[in-house]
Amino acid sequence: MSAVMITRKVRKWEKLPGKNTFCCDGRVMMARQKGVFYLTLFLIVGTCSLFFAFECPYLAVHLSPAIPVFAVFLFFFVIAMLLRTSFSDPGVLPRALPEEATFIEMEIEAANGNVPAGQRPPPRIRNVQINNQIVKLKYCYTCKIFRPPRASHCSICDNCVDRFDHHCPWVGNCVGKRNYRYFYLFTMTLSLLTIYIFTFNIVHVVMREYPVLVCFFTLWSVVGLTGFHTYLISLNQTTNEDIKGSWSGKNRVQNPYSHKNIIKNCCEVLCGPTYPSVLDRRGLTKEELSASASNSSNPTPQTMNTSSREEQPPASKGPPLASPDTDAETALAKDKTH
Amino acid sequence: MFLYVRKHPDVLAHLNKHLNFLRPHLKQPTVSSKVFIQRDYSSGTICKFQTKFPSELESRLDKRQFEETIQTLNNLYAEAEKLGGKSYLEGFLACLTAYTIFLCMETHYEKVLQKIARYIKDQNEKVYAPRGLLLTDPIERGLRVVEITIFEDRSIGSGR
Repeated sequence: MSAVMITRKVRKWEKLPGKNTFCCDGRVMMARQKGVFYLTLFLIVGTCSLFFAFECPYLAVHLSPAIPVFAVFLFFFVIAMLLRTSFSDPGVLPRALPEEATFIEMEIEAANGNVPAGQRPPPRIRNVQINNQIVKLKYCYTCKIFRPPRASHCSICDNCVDRFDHHCPWVGNCVGKRNYRYFYLFTMTLSLLTIYIFTFNIVHVVMREYPVLVCFFTLWSVVGLTGFHTYLISLNQTTNEDIKGSWSGKNRVQNPYSHKNIIKNCCEVLCGPTYPSVLDRRGLTKEELSASASNSSNPTPQTMNTSSREEQPPASKGPPLASPDTDAETALAKDKTH
Repeated sequence: MFLYVRKHPDVLAHLNKHLNFLRPHLKQPTVSSKVFIQRDYSSGTICKFQTKFPSELESRLDKRQFEETIQTLNNLYAEAEKLGGKSYLEGFLACLTAYTIFLCMETHYEKVLQKIARYIKDQNEKVYAPRGLLLTDPIERGLRVVEITIFEDRSIGSGR
């Protein structure tokens, strides 16, 4: 009985696990729920269009043409930053391939020793020392890796994200290592744009006694968010760490990632190196489609690039290991995921 | 936009060619096992790999050679992630152009990654392939591990 193997070339993004949606043949990467992102886009474009249509002609003539010119520049910068945040890879860590997962499982078993039957195995934690502080690395059951420091698993996107800040529905994507600075610049320039429009609304109202409805609360929420992230950046913290209180409190460790210097922290986050995406979304891989029903004697594919995740079950043949449901810590972590 | 060109053709195909030249009686090298060199987080979140020599490689490779490879990789990654005047300037100028400049220009990190890819290819050809080993570029594994594939050594004496 021979199996007829047909291989076809697919882009790697088509085979990526996780709940992301991809556009433009893998160039664009977003979360599944994009409704709020469209709302954000609509609100920004809508408000600015009204400003350009109804107020700019008057202000350009009676005050200065520089006013709408600067507003246009600011508007394009805001949209560019929004699209950059929404469409880029936030710093997703690829899941472990079967051999790596098995290797890690073996290391864990060796570290835990023999667990008596009926007893829950200890939680999978690895302690590392960073700048004289002990940091615990947690094991991700979904991605089968020990999460690097500051990484967290986003349950909405079902990916581990490096330097995970939060999942933002307004931009329709996670905010992580690779797109945090674009997110910050987006909130900051949006605050400036909102304040700018608000100011000239007032000026216009005063000059023309024109009744205008201005959204005051949006301004404060955006400005508030910018202020919050400025505070986080100056301390080199993520929203995730702030919410969990990782570095606050008496008995907790101090933040080992902070340079203890506000300027240096800001420079690192905003002007640091641009990290590449480690997800090779547009790389080519072979997908093997077997035409025959008998697949039991498939040899392990030898090519490096073949995505073998769909074809073979996990190679682990050891004793059944703790599942995430029995591990209280993971269950708690899942509840807390923002 | 990531302009770094991934390694094509397959490095394994290249290794096959090399091994077939050295040991023509072998049809296809079989993978015996894989060793994964983990990240070293002692200096923070910068990309750095542990230089501890794994016991599985003791029969194949010199400890000094292994440490030299990993140390060079660590130095290259440190160069890529270096915070200094040059990276700040690049970040600041890119910000002024709303990051559109990266559509036509490679970032410093991407340039160093290409250097790393060339170094790994060079190491594979000179040091690892003759010993039946294969280094995988860490970028292919999400910069999490350095994967070293150990191939079965079927010949009793060295084919060289």
